[in-house]
Amino acid sequence: MTNAVTSAEDSAPDVNDERSVGCVETQTVELFAPPHPLKVEEGNDLGPIQVAYETYGNLSPKRDNAIFVCHALTGDAHVAGQHAPDSKKRGWWDDLVGPGKGLDTNKYFVICANVLGGCQGTTGPSCQKPGADQPYALEFPFVTIGDIVEVHAALVRHLGIERLLAAIGGSLGGMQALEWAARFPEMLRTAIVLASGPRLSAQGIAFNAVGRRAIVTDPNFHEGNFYNQEKGPRFGLALARMVAHITYLSEASIEQKFGRRLQHSDQFAYDLMRETEFQIESYLHHQGKRFVERFDANSYLYLTRAMDYFDLAQAYGTLADAFSKTDARFLVASYTTDWLFPISQSREIVSALVQARRRVSSVELESPYGHDSFLLEVDQLEEMLHPFLAEAYEMG
Amino acid sequence: MRPLRKAKSKPIEERRYKMPNPSAALTDRVIMEQIGPGSRVLDLGCGDGQLLAQLRETRQADILGVELSRSAMINCMAAGVPVIQADLDQGLEDFPSRSFDFAVLSQTLQQVRHPRVILDEMLRVAERALVVVPNFGHWRVRWHQLWSGRAPVSSSERYQWYNTPNLHLMSMSDFRDLVEVVQGRIVKELALISGKAVEGAWAANVRANNALYILERNAP
Repeated sequence: MTNAVTSAEDSAPDVNDERSVGCVETQTVELFAPPHPLKVEEGNDLGPIQVAYETYGNLSPKRDNAIFVCHALTGDAHVAGQHAPDSKKRGWWDDLVGPGKGLDTNKYFVICANVLGGCQGTTGPSCQKPGADQPYALEFPFVTIGDIVEVHAALVRHLGIERLLAAIGGSLGGMQALEWAARFPEMLRTAIVLASGPRLSAQGIAFNAVGRRAIVTDPNFHEGNFYNQEKGPRFGLALARMVAHITYLSEASIEQKFGRRLQHSDQFAYDLMRETEFQIESYLHHQGKRFVERFDANSYLYLTRAMDYFDLAQAYGTLADAFSKTDARFLVASYTTDWLFPISQSREIVSALVQARRRVSSVELESPYGHDSFLLEVDQLEEMLHPFLAEAYEMG
Repeated sequence: MRPLRKAKSKPIEERRYKMPNPSAALTDRVIMEQIGPGSRVLDLGCGDGQLLAQLRETRQADILGVELSRSAMINCMAAGVPVIQADLDQGLEDFPSRSFDFAVLSQTLQQVRHPRVILDEMLRVAERALVVVPNFGHWRVRWHQLWSGRAPVSSSERYQWYNTPNLHLMSMSDFRDLVEVVQGRIVKELALISGKAVEGAWAANVRANNALYILERNAP
């Protein structure tokens, strides 16, 4: 197997470099090739499936030090390091993954892969449909969190790993970590679930509904067949991102970061069409615009639906039943100001795990950053992940 | 202007009787003796998880701790002791009923805001509650109170009445009353007297510094 990590020496000098994984490359592998397609939960066959992934650190000779990072709704396989020596852009969880960091790549072999239905290298609605000259678009089968995890489990086996030391993720990634424990109970030694829940709340579904509505009512949506059009549903997708982004923040963090400050002047412009008058407006527009550059509108529809449908208790009878087969140790963390996945949702997971007599630790962390806390408060995480993972690793 | 009263020569720390805390080694040993092999044990206020780790080691117990302090929790994690962050003053509502054989509360009942609620909850989530409490009925407490006119303070030298974590000062007799209130039954009462655990001790409420109780819910 190729090791994606190259020396940090050839990257631009930087004080953080000795804690960076350095230059990495996204790799791809084709799985579920005929005659072994994936039967997705909805019932259709899907294959072949291309999976984009990155790895960091080295797999131990006993192949027992692998940690799978599950990314959130719009994440990708590029979790740490940089793609080019002169690139300033780091992976989305670079603060947590690297030598000596929370997920210590000196000790552990870290894997992250793009999700099924996504648009950053793994097969999704924007990919060419086999035997057709068009992308799948809305002919792509419905995908669920279970399907996503099936594909990732196939990747893990392809990498020669029978059992993961950990599956870790926040938000939609936390849902995947829970699904890993329920679906592949024998493949996990620990599951680390951050800012997540056993299902998406009605409030969460409501926000997703607004986002999807913005996309499908965009005149450039063309029933999902916008790939050969001059423009896709850019405004709809940007609007979806703006709405969603608010749910990732908190009242306190918005107040602290932007307050009522104006973007361009100290004075009101008295101009209704000036859509970036307040700093928070300008920020959201910026977020929407950047998102459109990197994300596929159809993927957004599929993945938010996968999130809406996720309900472990419904799928397995009860939540405790979902956890009845695994002997994995769980670490569940929630954040005081997260209102998209409030603390009560994590408590529900913990309660079910206690009922199922699983080994569970849980923390409720103070942070002003709302749902995004799991991405930002890495010091708090690191402090717990070190002893938690080290103990699980040593005990085997 | 003259001070109202001349300061006493004795330093403030020594003006009252300090209830000695039993050594953790003693209480842990006594608690361990009460817990059968393979039991499922919940330790409320588990600290670094030492007791639980020992119970797993020597009794093959299935263990879970509850702790509020994050630094203590991190020590639990390093020891492989599963631990849930929770504030005992908020109750145990996230714990399913009858999910443990034992719920342990050692030297903590006097520190929670609502001892009755927590004792009630322990008897809900576990078959048996195992509680270690200080006994402010001890004769020295009585004597010092009479002599100095000052309220007793338990444990460490650091505390005065206004900053002690001990919110409730109860005697063994008081505790037995509370057990009745929560419809519990005392299965066992061990008085901790001069470093020894004594069952059925004579005049325990006067002689014991601390006491260990095993409680069950009365059959309905």
